[in-house]
Amino acid sequence: MTALPKLAVWKFASCDGCQLTLLNCEDELMALAGQVEIAYFPEATRAVVEGPYDVSLVEGSVTTLDEIERIGQVREMSRHVVTIGACATSGGIQALRNFGDIAEFRSVVYAHPEYLSTLARSTPISAHVSVDFELRGCPIDKHQLLEVLSAYIQRRRPRIPTYSVCVECKRRGAVCVAVANGTPCLGPVTQAGCGALCPAFARGCYGCFGPQDTPNTSALADRLLELGMADDQVMRIYRTFNAASEPFRRESERHEAARNEEVLS
Amino acid sequence: MSHKLTDGGQVLHVGTLARVEGEGGMHIEIKDGHVGTVELRIFEPPRFYEAFLRGRAWTEPPDITARICGICPVAYQFSACLALEDACGVSVPDAIRTMRRLLYCGEWIESHALHIYLLHAPDFLGYPGAIEMAKDHPAVVERGLRLKKVGNQLMTAVGGRSVHPVNVKLGGFYRMPTVSELKSLRPALERGLEDALETVRLVSTFDFPDMEQPYTYLSLRPEQGYPIESGNVVTTAGTAFDVQDFNAHITEHHVAHSNALHARLDGGGPYVVGPLARYTLNFDRLSPLAQQAAREAGLGETCRNPFQSIIVRAVELVYVFDEAIRIIDAWRDGVAPSVAVPARAGQGFGATEAPRGVLFHRYRLDGDGTILDAQIVPPTSQNQPSIEADMRTLAERWVELSDHDLSHRCEAAIRNYDPCISCATHFLDLTVDRS
Repeated sequence: MTALPKLAVWKFASCDGCQLTLLNCEDELMALAGQVEIAYFPEATRAVVEGPYDVSLVEGSVTTLDEIERIGQVREMSRHVVTIGACATSGGIQALRNFGDIAEFRSVVYAHPEYLSTLARSTPISAHVSVDFELRGCPIDKHQLLEVLSAYIQRRRPRIPTYSVCVECKRRGAVCVAVANGTPCLGPVTQAGCGALCPAFARGCYGCFGPQDTPNTSALADRLLELGMADDQVMRIYRTFNAASEPFRRESERHEAARNEEVLS
Repeated sequence: MSHKLTDGGQVLHVGTLARVEGEGGMHIEIKDGHVGTVELRIFEPPRFYEAFLRGRAWTEPPDITARICGICPVAYQFSACLALEDACGVSVPDAIRTMRRLLYCGEWIESHALHIYLLHAPDFLGYPGAIEMAKDHPAVVERGLRLKKVGNQLMTAVGGRSVHPVNVKLGGFYRMPTVSELKSLRPALERGLEDALETVRLVSTFDFPDMEQPYTYLSLRPEQGYPIESGNVVTTAGTAFDVQDFNAHITEHHVAHSNALHARLDGGGPYVVGPLARYTLNFDRLSPLAQQAAREAGLGETCRNPFQSIIVRAVELVYVFDEAIRIIDAWRDGVAPSVAVPARAGQGFGATEAPRGVLFHRYRLDGDGTILDAQIVPPTSQNQPSIEADMRTLAERWVELSDHDLSHRCEAAIRNYDPCISCATHFLDLTVDRS
């Protein structure tokens, strides 16, 4: 009998929600435990099986010097590194610090900022080591997670679409909230994976799966301005859980500049 | 693992503290059989929510602060809603408050089932984790997963998804779930109630170290019912105050060994929030079924043994299943999903009962709704000094145990609090220093 593939789950700066998504596979968890050896997963077990690991799932972004060192070790011990979620893939909500002054941030939250060790920017795992697959979402979708794990167990490419939320929304038969109600919606520029959840709940997509493949962020921004949003609001809608992803960062900075000009004139 | 220090002392090192949400460590110094410094060290890197909330719009904190914790996002969403609605002078209608309570029941079910079965029970049954436990106790782990799943189903029906629900907004919801959507959950909830009662019976048979906590307990207490989504503050010290006076009674301190701030009540000793505090201060508010389950499990109307928090969590599970079924049975279609919450200049305060205890938010807004200032006090930072005090008590009592056994006891004692270190910032790494 061949040995089961060894799975490890690592945590960096994050909320634990993507790891929880693995534990939320209630119907599949025991079957999964028969297909892989859960070798390192401190949130679930204190048992540790030494590396190397076949698949490492990495949650969270890199925000400290220690974490830079640790992600290098994880890479060395792992055959495949798969990032799970917006933090690990784009820097997460904590990448809002990238647009501010970290020394000032520290002093706002903590009385003794000298006790802290933290970097000025929150960065995705791919900024430090090579990554084999990036799974999107804040949080990730459990069906996509199971697809990725199955793919690595079966030694094939994961089948994860890179088209926009709009495709899922049409397929679901949901009414377009932007066209029908004039609700600002990031669906046209956001990668699918959630099942067009927000439009199904009568709200606009807020981009938690990050930019789709080659998104036209500026065309959508123009439409948002036409719908009555100010530059400041357009800046903020692009600047949330995937604020540091390249297309969203560029678009938010464009509107930050426009807002600042408006304030000056 | 233990090794000698150059000065002749001894350090015991137990890697990562497992089965907690987030990352932290523990350091105990023992000299000549006496316990010196005891520190719960939190290494979870800071994420600076309170700093980057400034300049955001008043409508944004429910989505943004949900990301503080993937285990209890609803707690963050509703504490934020209450504080911002308070700042804007809006109070939501009873029906919206009821739907919030229902979503929150889902989060309690998911979080308590996760903690009881996957994180805490392995300590009592002697396994490193639930997956290993499942080999000998498959029915137990299956019941835990089944309970967790119902919680997630309830959150998905009301909130859209269980981690970072999308349906919550200031003033209410984007869309109200319908009676037929809610009724379809009833069979699973009925089964869940049976499973919850079975859970109380199971955990009451565990072996509990004899230990009594002397600390003050603090919880919310609403006008009616057990505290979940609202209430004023009460304590076992006899004090009671409105949520808006939180900062007059609670002070936070920044200590060198932790990236989470420590909280103190009225300048005094440690205080405890969470299941034990809620139960002791609100036993009279539990449903008759939950009270009966507690009595059959051998609990009195107060509980001061932190290891028995697993029984109290199970009793709370019974209560929230009871409560969810009651809300669903009484629900009628046609309720407006939200009320408007127009911005105004001012300050607002909000607190709700996260599964692991009181979560306080405060926001100050300018006239167009821009956030000027934000403050968030999570339950785990309030419990941190008590966790350290418990560690000290245990280390003093069991100083003769081997490092290995003492470490196990101490880790279990930390897990009694269901600490969410992601919330309090995050990581646990236990060292015992003997000299």
